[in-house]
Amino acid sequence: MKREILVVDGLQKFFVTSRGTVRAVDRVSFSVREGETLGLVGESGSGKSTVAYTVIGLHAPTGGRILFNSQDMSTSIWKRSRALKRSIQIVFQDPGTSLNPRRTVQQILELPLKVHRVGTARERKARTVELLRKVELPEDYLYKAPHMLGGGERQMVAIARALATDPRLILLDEPTSALDVSIQAKIINMLLGFQNEMELAYLFITHDLSLMRNVATRVAIMYLGKICETAPTEEFFRNPLHPYTQMLLSSIPVVSKEEEAMRPARIISKGEIPSPVNVPPGCGFHTRCVVCATRCSTDQPVMVEVEDGHFVSCLSFPPPSDVQQLPVN
Amino acid sequence: MGDPILQIDDLHVSYKVYEGRLRVLNGVALHVERGQRVGLVGEAGCGKTTTMRCVLRILQSPPGRITGGAIRYRGTNLLRVSQGELQRIRGSGISMIFQDPVAALNPVFTIGDQVCAVIRHGTHKRLTRAEIRRRALGALREVQLPDPDRMFASYPVQLSGGMRQRVCIAMALATEPEVMIADEPTTALDVTIQAQVLWLLDRLVQDHETAVVFITHSLGVVREMSDWVYVMYAGTIVEGAETNELFERPLHPYTLGLLSALPKLTGGGIAKGIPGRIPDYLNPPTGCRFSPRCPNAMRVCDQERPIWTRVGDTPAHEVACFLYGGEGV
Repeated sequence: MKREILVVDGLQKFFVTSRGTVRAVDRVSFSVREGETLGLVGESGSGKSTVAYTVIGLHAPTGGRILFNSQDMSTSIWKRSRALKRSIQIVFQDPGTSLNPRRTVQQILELPLKVHRVGTARERKARTVELLRKVELPEDYLYKAPHMLGGGERQMVAIARALATDPRLILLDEPTSALDVSIQAKIINMLLGFQNEMELAYLFITHDLSLMRNVATRVAIMYLGKICETAPTEEFFRNPLHPYTQMLLSSIPVVSKEEEAMRPARIISKGEIPSPVNVPPGCGFHTRCVVCATRCSTDQPVMVEVEDGHFVSCLSFPPPSDVQQLPVN
Repeated sequence: MGDPILQIDDLHVSYKVYEGRLRVLNGVALHVERGQRVGLVGEAGCGKTTTMRCVLRILQSPPGRITGGAIRYRGTNLLRVSQGELQRIRGSGISMIFQDPVAALNPVFTIGDQVCAVIRHGTHKRLTRAEIRRRALGALREVQLPDPDRMFASYPVQLSGGMRQRVCIAMALATEPEVMIADEPTTALDVTIQAQVLWLLDRLVQDHETAVVFITHSLGVVREMSDWVYVMYAGTIVEGAETNELFERPLHPYTLGLLSALPKLTGGGIAKGIPGRIPDYLNPPTGCRFSPRCPNAMRVCDQERPIWTRVGDTPAHEVACFLYGGEGV
């Protein structure tokens, strides 16, 4: 099995606001192996982007540890070494706001090279051309500004910028959710190509489970700041166990009878995701759960390994004493 | 088949910009039967919303201008009616739900004020204040909003996205219209909330026997929400068929490309997508507008526009493509 490149252990991120403490991420643990894609899936407000921002260093964690190549980087971004920052890059959801509108594509692509002191000016210029070619954009795009590009092309520039420093891990924060499906297909195939070519690890954050079926090596489902189920992709879609996962899967609109057969029986979802300021006691999902029992509103579920690599955090799956437990509490 | 309640014939719309005229709609034709659920699906910028804005005559003008065609609602051409007549039809005859429930509701009036205003202006009978209030509360109850009395006095900011969209649905149905236009009503919502709202919307329109035009970019949503689907590309309708027929036997190369680019729950990777991008509306291709991106393009496709051809009767299936016979115009 491949080496774990990123280990997140009991990560917590709270935000203190005037209306109370927002428990955006609460004791989340997962790992990403070299060359694999972990799909982190959840609805808005589930804390999936906060996880990415904490890993990249935009937020300092409230608690827990983040290890990159066994090196602790739970500190703030200012204390991380330059080499570390160079190895982890991020692609944001909206390329309209993540590219500086007053810079040309060349300046955008050159900036990470300058920051990390890569090569001479001439070499950097050659590298920007090479990066553009990699994302299949013509060379004259170097002199264009972001507003002259289409949404898909901008995202390709953002991907090229992430690749500039030869990272080992890229965090993809909903990179295609603002784009049309035909462009999404192109970008996803490109990302998969880079992964093969450079043995990149991806932490792919999305709300689109159908996309993860085709892209991820493993899938983790987040709800209200916690991971409720994680499994290798095949196993995950063959045997979804958590009631939330089942609700999520049954809510996906599909286009063929074969896909309909893959979906769990229709569960009409009820209620909405509660505010992370007032996290319900017990299992966070009990307010919307169709199989909710009395103890669900008082007892905290723990991560239980049900099958090899398939973990679920639900009280209907009691932890047998001999089963390995992930530290959730 | 009965008489169509809404019929659009050869609709042309252009936008005047500094560089010239953007020929956005190029002969859009479609019809909606009484009580029918019609889906209009296409990617961003294909003219779905523009078409439906023309129906309610809320196309922003300038820069937009309807340069040809007719829109018939119960036989009257909406492009020729007086403002007064139009005002009567909006609301009580044809209503609309917009994509963004935040922008569709006025932030400084309560939900109750806004629902009451719709009822007051949308019904011809003179109603007492108490009667209006009773109907408004009924409308809020019908969309399953919890605690309608409290909702009535709430402001839009106090509601979640899903609840706001329910309010919009309540407003669109409060005056018992014959046609409702739903413009991407669930695009801004999470998948489980989308499932709730779609389920509710579908039940309500079937109870009220309202005809619906459902605009969306999601093939999955359109499959669940319509009896008949039109596929739109770059300002023209390229294919139309009964829903099951369209998804089991798609014909137009664009429809085929879209379906293959969509990530499936059954896995199997993602096809390459459709090469190129949507044409420049300033100088659109003279022939079929899809021909520059079409894998099956022939010489005739660049020169002539394919006409709308019926290729099957039971189930009905129509397509505008030279591959399936048909002549140019």
